[in-house]
Amino acid sequence: MTDRDQIITEAELNAYVDDELPADRRTAVEAWLATHPDDAAKVAAWRKQIELIRERFGHLAIETPPRRLAVEHLAQRRYGAIAAAIAATIAAFLVGAGAGWSARGIEVAAPSELARFTTDALVAYRLYTVEVRHPVEVPGDQRPHLVEWLSKRVGSPLHPPELDKQGLKLVGGRLLPGPTGPSAFFMYENPSGERFTLYCGRVKDGQTALRYTSGEQNAAYYWADQNLAYVLSGPAEADALRDIAQAAYDQIDRRSPPPQG
Amino acid sequence: MSEFREQMEAAIPALRRYARALTRDAETADDIVQDTLVRALRSEHLFHGGDMRAWLYTILTNLNRNRLRTLARRPVLAPIKDSDVAITGPDPGSRDIVRALEMLTEEQRSALLLVVLESLTYREVSEVQGVPIGTVMSRLARARNEIKAYLDSERPALRRVK
Repeated sequence: MTDRDQIITEAELNAYVDDELPADRRTAVEAWLATHPDDAAKVAAWRKQIELIRERFGHLAIETPPRRLAVEHLAQRRYGAIAAAIAATIAAFLVGAGAGWSARGIEVAAPSELARFTTDALVAYRLYTVEVRHPVEVPGDQRPHLVEWLSKRVGSPLHPPELDKQGLKLVGGRLLPGPTGPSAFFMYENPSGERFTLYCGRVKDGQTALRYTSGEQNAAYYWADQNLAYVLSGPAEADALRDIAQAAYDQIDRRSPPPQG
Repeated sequence: MSEFREQMEAAIPALRRYARALTRDAETADDIVQDTLVRALRSEHLFHGGDMRAWLYTILTNLNRNRLRTLARRPVLAPIKDSDVAITGPDPGSRDIVRALEMLTEEQRSALLLVVLESLTYREVSEVQGVPIGTVMSRLARARNEIKAYLDSERPALRRVK
C-alpha cells in the first residue's frame, strides 16, 4: 500500500463534509485526517462555516411567509402585477445596458450587416426575456397566425424551428425594427424559465456558417441562409445554447433548396 | 387547492431561506420568491411530477442571476448596512459569514447554499445550475476556501471587549 493509492483530494474532503462519499471512501478520508492535521483543520473550518450559515439563515424556514407570497393569492392576481412591475424596472436598465454592449462587443470598427444583426438581437434578447407579462406580442399557441404575420412583415417565409426535443416551448414572437428593415423575434423557454430567442431578418449577404459570439452574460450563435440572417441568443453559460443553435440551424438548413447549378 | 399548489406552498419557507441567503436582503429575497412562484404557476401545465423543490430552486437561481446581471450594469452596489438588525446577527461570527458570502461569485454562493443550507445533493445542484457535477464540486471547494481565507484574515482584526 503506497501513499499515492491513499491520497485524498480536496474534492473528496468536500464530499466528505457534505456526506456525499460512499462508506469505503469515508473510512479512507477519516484515516487520512487522523494523520494530516492541516486537512483536518480545513475540514473543521468548513464545518464551522456550515454551522454559521445555518445559524444565520436557518430560522427563516420556520417563519410564516408574508401574505403576498401565498400561492392562491398569486394565482388570483393573474400571474402577478408586481412581478411585471419588477420586470419593467429591469427592462429600463437593460435599454441602457444594450446600448453599451456594441462598444465592447463584436467588430466595433466596421460592423458587418450580420454583426449589426447580432448586436440588435442581443439587445432584444436582454430587453424582452426578463418580461413576465408581455414577453411577446403573439403567444406561441397561435403559431400559424404568428408565423404568417411575421413572414409577411419580414418579406420572406419564416419557419421558426421546433425545439421541443431541446426542452423548449415557443413562448411566442414579436415584430421588431432591425438594421435592414422589419425583423422577427421568436422566444422559447425551458421549464425552469431560461429563455432563448431567435431573431431573424433579411440580409444581402446570403450564406454563412454558424458563428459564435459572447458578451459578458449573453451569447449568440448567428448565421445567414437564403438571404435571411438568424441570431440564436441565450444565457452565456448555458451549455444547452450550442445544441439549441445547432438544432435550429439544421432545421432551417434542411428547408432550404440545394444551391442551383 | 391542487396538489401542485400545495407542494408549492410547502416549499415557500425554504425558498425564502435560500433567497435571503443568496441576496442578503429581506425585501429583495421575497420579491424573487414571489417572481419564482409566479413563473412556476405559469408553467403549471409543464410540470409532470418529480421533485418540485429542485425545479423551484432552479427558477429562483436563474431569476437571481438575471437580477445580478442588471445590477452589475449599475455603477454602485448597495453597501451592507451594519446597523441593520436583519443583517447584524447575534454574534460577530454571524455577521462575518454574511460578509464572507458576499465575497463569492454568484455560482459559488448558490452552489454552497444549496448544499449546506438547502441540503440538496451534488446531483441536484448540478441540475439546478445546469452544469456537470465536477463543476459544482469545484465551485464548492473554491467557495469554502474563499470563506476560510476571508474569516482567517478577519479574525485578528476583531476587537476584544474584555
